[in-house]
Amino acid sequence: MQLYARRRVTNYLVVGLSLTATAFGLLFLVFVLGTLLKNGVGALGPTLFTQATPPPGSQGGLINAICGSLAMTLIATLVGTPTGILAGTFLAEYAHNSRLGEFVRFINDILLSAPSIIIGLFVYSVMVVPMGHFSAWAGSVALAIIMIPVIVRTTEDMLTLVPNTLREAAAALGAPKWKIVVTVTYRSAVQGMLTGVLLAVARISGETAPLLFTALNNQFWSSNLNAPMANLPVVIFQFAMSPYVDWQALAWAGALLITAAILFLNIGARLLASWSGLEK
Amino acid sequence: MVAIQETSAAVRRPAGGAGDAIFHGLTVFFAVLVLMILGGVIVSLVYGALPALSKFGFGFVVNGAWNPVTENFGALAPIYGTLVTSLIAMLIGIPVAFGVALFITELCPKWLRRPLGTMIELLAAIPSIIYGIWGLFILAPFIQEYIEPALIGSLGKIPGFGALFAGPPLGIGVLTAGFILAIMVLPFIASVMRDVFDTVPPMLKESAYGIGATTTEVVWRVVLPYTRIGVVGGILLGLGRALGETMAVTFVIGNSHHIHASILQPGTTISAALANEFTEAVGDLYQSSLIALGFILFLITFIVLAAAKLMLVRLQKSAGASA
Repeated sequence: MQLYARRRVTNYLVVGLSLTATAFGLLFLVFVLGTLLKNGVGALGPTLFTQATPPPGSQGGLINAICGSLAMTLIATLVGTPTGILAGTFLAEYAHNSRLGEFVRFINDILLSAPSIIIGLFVYSVMVVPMGHFSAWAGSVALAIIMIPVIVRTTEDMLTLVPNTLREAAAALGAPKWKIVVTVTYRSAVQGMLTGVLLAVARISGETAPLLFTALNNQFWSSNLNAPMANLPVVIFQFAMSPYVDWQALAWAGALLITAAILFLNIGARLLASWSGLEK
Repeated sequence: MVAIQETSAAVRRPAGGAGDAIFHGLTVFFAVLVLMILGGVIVSLVYGALPALSKFGFGFVVNGAWNPVTENFGALAPIYGTLVTSLIAMLIGIPVAFGVALFITELCPKWLRRPLGTMIELLAAIPSIIYGIWGLFILAPFIQEYIEPALIGSLGKIPGFGALFAGPPLGIGVLTAGFILAIMVLPFIASVMRDVFDTVPPMLKESAYGIGATTTEVVWRVVLPYTRIGVVGGILLGLGRALGETMAVTFVIGNSHHIHASILQPGTTISAALANEFTEAVGDLYQSSLIALGFILFLITFIVLAAAKLMLVRLQKSAGASA
């Protein structure tokens, strides 16, 4: 009887600890988001979207940083999406049990979790040093490199979910392989692939480390992609670390904007996946 | 797998023409591009680190000095900081992640599983800079006011061991950085654990429950032994993240190139040193030393991540074979 009681108590204890751990994790999600809302909403204002980042001690907004981030994310997406999708297609459609496929998959998974600051160093030495200056191009390339492994992974996963019978049916009609992939496989996996792209965009929108040595920052409005460009993450970093209250308020506002955008993208991607019935 | 291979061979045969060759070539090109990115990263890091490594040799790794004025650079303090913060993150993160995964897979009602999993994954979606700003303004003052005085007052009094908790409560330091890292890696470890726990055949668990085992015993004696490799893989994946994490750590670690015995004191990590100093590094040797730090970080994370990947693949294969 005593053994039974001891087992039961141990079990209650473990169940209790497990509950506590889950509550602990969720607490921080609520805590971080709550703080962001509290400090960010107060700093939101109409000038945020009309004025550029101010010098310390004066009013201003984040419009140059917002547009800079949008521009670099857009370019990175335009470069990263086709690259990632085609590489993912290779893994899913052409590389069954091939050595090259296994190797690419392995390396891709390493890149997926590699420290993003290392990617920043890499782009610094292959673009910034030869060009002689920091630029929005370099920032975009760094973001694209971070994006590619995410898209490769989701594309491969989504394409392997497409039933083989579809491919066989198309092949039986005499369609060449490339046409099968483009018109049959892609079409049935398009929602899943889009989910992957959305998640990749969400991943790069908050990336700061690779932009520090590539796009740098710019206090003024600039539409020149060949020059340093302001972007939200680096502005947040710089302003939050500063001793000026105005700057810190702007950092909170920027943090709220980025987080809202990223959560929106993430939830959108999940909805898209569940609509298309891909999520388990 | 054999069936898939045969059908794809069958699909390939009737297909012909230039279109096919071009499309196949394109996909191969971009797949190889992924390899070239990694190759490029390695080559550029080695090339950039060469001046520092040839000047300091192996001593670079064991030199605790970091003096830009006399151009005497050593990697020991950042390496130490990276390892210690990651260790703290793992000490806090692994048990919590295990608890979360256990709750999601074994305890919580079915309707709650999806939303709960999503919420934990959203923790991973929050970018590192947000954790940084939150850590700097909210967590660090909290730790300074409540946690650190308590640690100094209790554990700090133990002779020997107490040196870990010596010094004034600053809020900014190795402990705070490790704690933030723990929150950040928690979702990664938890979601891998959840996924590998789900690979346990229900029949095994049901048999254990059937002979009267408690949930704890089922998890400890059935689920964990079955998924051991996967769990270790997940932990290594989280470790890989923690080692390379940059922005959140940069905000709260204090960027000091001194090795303190106390985890309450400021320190630095490889990534924080890079983020703080790289754009301001004047002189080739200074910059090269920073790149050498980056190379060391890359080596460490590569080994950890490769090990994680290999373990997870092994579990997948064995799960596939027994299913």
